[in-house]
Amino acid sequence: MSQSSHIKQQTITLEGSSLTKTYHTGAVDVHALRGVDISFYEGELVVLLGPSGSGKSTLLNILGGLDTPSSGRVRFRDTEITEGDESVLTSYRRFHVGFVFQFYNLIPSLTASENVSLVTEIARNPMDPAEALTLVGLGERLDHFPAQLSGGEQQRVAIARAIAKRPDVLLCDEPTGALDSETGILVLEAIERVNRELGTTTAVITHNTVIGEMADRVIHFGDGHVVNTESNDSRRAAGELSW
Amino acid sequence: MRALNKKLVRNLWKLRGQVLAIGIVIASGVAVLVMSLSALQALTETTEAYYERQRFGEVFASVKRAPQRLIEQIRAIPGVRSVDHRIKYLATLSIEGFEEPVIGQLVSIPEGAQPRLNQLVLREGRLVSPDHPDEVVLSEPFAEAHEMQPGDSFQALMNSNLRTLTVVGVALSPEYVYTIGPGALMPDDRRFGVMWIGREALEAAYDLDGAFNDLSLGLLHGTNPQDVIERLDQLLERYGGTGAIPRAEQISNWFLMNEIEMQKTMSTILPTIFLAVAAFLSNMVLGRLIATDRSEIGLMKAFGYSNWQVGWHYAKLVMAMAGVGILLGWAAGAWLGRVNTEIYAEFYRFPLLIFRPDPGVFAIGAMVSLIAALAGSIGAVRQAANLPPAEAMMPPAPPLYRKTRLSGSRFIMWLDQPTRIILRQIVRAPMKALFTSLGIACSVAVMIMALQWLDSIDKIVDVFFHDAQRQDMMVGLVETQSDTTLLEFRRMPGVLAAEPMRATSVEFHAGTATHRGAIEGIPEDPQLQRVYDAGGRVVEVPADGLLLSTALADKLHLGIGDRVQVEVLEGRRPKRSIPVVDLYETYIGMTAYMNIEAFNRLMGERGSLEYVTLLVDDSQLPALYKELKALPKVAAVTLKDAAVHEFNETMAETILIYISFFGAFACALGFGVVYNSTRIALSERGRELATLRVLGFHRGEISYILLGEAGLLILVGLPLGVLAGAGLGWFMTSAMDSELYRIPLVIKASSNAMAVLVTLAATLLSAAVVRNRLDHLDLIAVLKTRE
Repeated sequence: MSQSSHIKQQTITLEGSSLTKTYHTGAVDVHALRGVDISFYEGELVVLLGPSGSGKSTLLNILGGLDTPSSGRVRFRDTEITEGDESVLTSYRRFHVGFVFQFYNLIPSLTASENVSLVTEIARNPMDPAEALTLVGLGERLDHFPAQLSGGEQQRVAIARAIAKRPDVLLCDEPTGALDSETGILVLEAIERVNRELGTTTAVITHNTVIGEMADRVIHFGDGHVVNTESNDSRRAAGELSW
Repeated sequence: MRALNKKLVRNLWKLRGQVLAIGIVIASGVAVLVMSLSALQALTETTEAYYERQRFGEVFASVKRAPQRLIEQIRAIPGVRSVDHRIKYLATLSIEGFEEPVIGQLVSIPEGAQPRLNQLVLREGRLVSPDHPDEVVLSEPFAEAHEMQPGDSFQALMNSNLRTLTVVGVALSPEYVYTIGPGALMPDDRRFGVMWIGREALEAAYDLDGAFNDLSLGLLHGTNPQDVIERLDQLLERYGGTGAIPRAEQISNWFLMNEIEMQKTMSTILPTIFLAVAAFLSNMVLGRLIATDRSEIGLMKAFGYSNWQVGWHYAKLVMAMAGVGILLGWAAGAWLGRVNTEIYAEFYRFPLLIFRPDPGVFAIGAMVSLIAALAGSIGAVRQAANLPPAEAMMPPAPPLYRKTRLSGSRFIMWLDQPTRIILRQIVRAPMKALFTSLGIACSVAVMIMALQWLDSIDKIVDVFFHDAQRQDMMVGLVETQSDTTLLEFRRMPGVLAAEPMRATSVEFHAGTATHRGAIEGIPEDPQLQRVYDAGGRVVEVPADGLLLSTALADKLHLGIGDRVQVEVLEGRRPKRSIPVVDLYETYIGMTAYMNIEAFNRLMGERGSLEYVTLLVDDSQLPALYKELKALPKVAAVTLKDAAVHEFNETMAETILIYISFFGAFACALGFGVVYNSTRIALSERGRELATLRVLGFHRGEISYILLGEAGLLILVGLPLGVLAGAGLGWFMTSAMDSELYRIPLVIKASSNAMAVLVTLAATLLSAAVVRNRLDHLDLIAVLKTRE
């Protein structure tokens, strides 16, 4: 790894400190997060590994401004987003964060390129939707509706939608969870390419340990807190992975 | 087009079934309002224009006989613009092919010219020409009822002379929009008709050379008719004037205004209720519809759309949906308003029709609907937008079901699982269930409110014509006659009984309240024309004092034991203070009764009468009719059966047409509610139902879960609707009270049943549509999509 990229990695883009989240459902309280401290450095690709129910998704939702913590703080660059009101959260999501969901969450009534436009229309310096779709290898399927695309293609549309705004942070929640391994790798390649070519700080949630090999850092998560963090000396290309 | 707008358009298209169903609900509310108010407005404007164009008089007076030189003095009264003096008489007619006696109202017009006031609209032929005293112009309804045209002729008994009159024209007059015979309640064009004859011809026939017996005045703009009437009455008193009346009390106009007034009450109250119900329903339906879009709202927020942007997006969706309804409602309302107006114009035979619906009415309908729809959706959007996007995007957490005390009961244990699902679903979301039931109740209620009119009108006919009146016919006499006349009638063929009756114009004064009406004098123990209380009792006529209808007593603020100042407007014009001895309730008119002998004493007359009521043997009717036609003192014959027939006919032509439009809209409302409720329930629970199908449940079984719940809520809604219908009916009928009618609240079981059945039919229809969708539920697709 070059010197310059190493220095770059030392700039913290997104940081959560002492995050807790408790859900009150009926008679029992569910402690999804029990005090999490976590930092993401600019341009790195982090994989969060952990079994289902360990609180990874809750953490990602809070980091992305989709949910608020019960206590603790989230800081994006110089902005404290947990202190802000609704409008701070909204512009954080609008201008800085890209999301990829396990179940794609495409709008079924919009074509691939229209699904991307939905986001670019409100962004500051977006890519052309076609460009974003080309980046994920779907340049030929711009006018297809979600129902006309395979699962992997739908997920790649979701990635194009997430990166078209040129976000600072790309958060992916089990992006391959609903896909077979071959398709999953196509999706991971798209994520990797975005991280590499656009320098977008990227976090990928998965319970699949193999995926950890493509990351700069792997954060193990369990029972609502960070168990340990390991750095990979070198990232493996997504295309080389298999499971 | 922006991606979000594309989504909007495609969503609308996908939801087209529901868009249409909600549209129908909104359209019904808007259409009823536009239809009613535009028809009412057209009716009012047409009447005004007709009156204006034909110079309908503003003050009317009749006298026994006054010299024409008096006209100059009348013209000199300040505020009088023009004077039209006429000769008016009633005559018995014989028309070939029509057995019963027919009464003609003869009115003079100048030969070869239009009168100054109350000008005729000539529909056929020409006006009468000079030197042809037997020419006559018939009123159109009468001519049509007897299929007479210019060239036809008939006989009239005029001042004891039988004359043959020849029809030269057919016309309409603003003075006889409502052609009501003496003592009748409704127009009966076969038995009573107006006709215009040359003035000279009538002067000669009735020995009124250089004289007149009727007047109509036109006033200068801004003149108070009451001032003119006062001075006119002074001038006319010595010529036997019975008191001049303003246009407002002119009989045709009074009936017409009464109807317009009734129409006005109906056109404001019914649509308001209807619009409110439609607004409530669209509010409820849209709220639920948007609630199902929760995860897309979360997704939009996750992308960084603000609450305002999300709200505006759904506002547009709702406005588009409401817009469909509003446009449909405008179109239907304007069209039906025109149809309705045309029906009225035909009923009243207006020669012109002004239909210029006020844009304000359209705007009100649209605004109310739009606001209601938006209000319904805002709550749902806000609810979804207030959730953190992460939560909104997840399927709602499985709702918390609790075991209630009932859960362990033997009853619940005995139920199968699908039924438990239904019951728990209702218990879990009682408000949602309640609103669905309320929606059904509302549509049932408005239908009952519409249908109860038929029942109420039936009741009026029953009480007024069948319970109260025992006579078969009532004969009006040309002038006040002595009671020997009664013997004459008793001797006529087929007459089983004859009773005398007086009816004299009076003015009642009590404190500041006054009422111009009549006192009817009837025998002490009447067998034919009885005073019948709507509560179902025959009221005894006191030996002395007045028996007032409760409506009149209310108007004059009188109770039993109070005294009322009576000013008789005929004969010697006595003024007397008379005690109110008893009250009775009646649905039609507001008559005051008095013992005929006491009344004769009041008048200072002996054994006088103006009407004879008869009970007759049907088999001898032809002979009786023949005699009646030949009797010069007969001025009017009212047959009860014909009166009932005309009453029903008139009601059918006016109110009932309106009501049937209304009923149709109520059905649309019912369908819209049920269809939407089940469709939304389907989208809310498609996943659950598909899961059950995957587990091996039959289509019938899952239909049962969805439709069974709807059915149960409908079962709750129906009785609620019956109750609410009674409430609305009561509200409506009390609002309709007028001097002419009090509408009793009567709801027959059949009306309730009808409303319930129609709602059930609408339910079955929408259930069938939903069932069809359930049958084509794509199991895999439903299970794959997360929500």
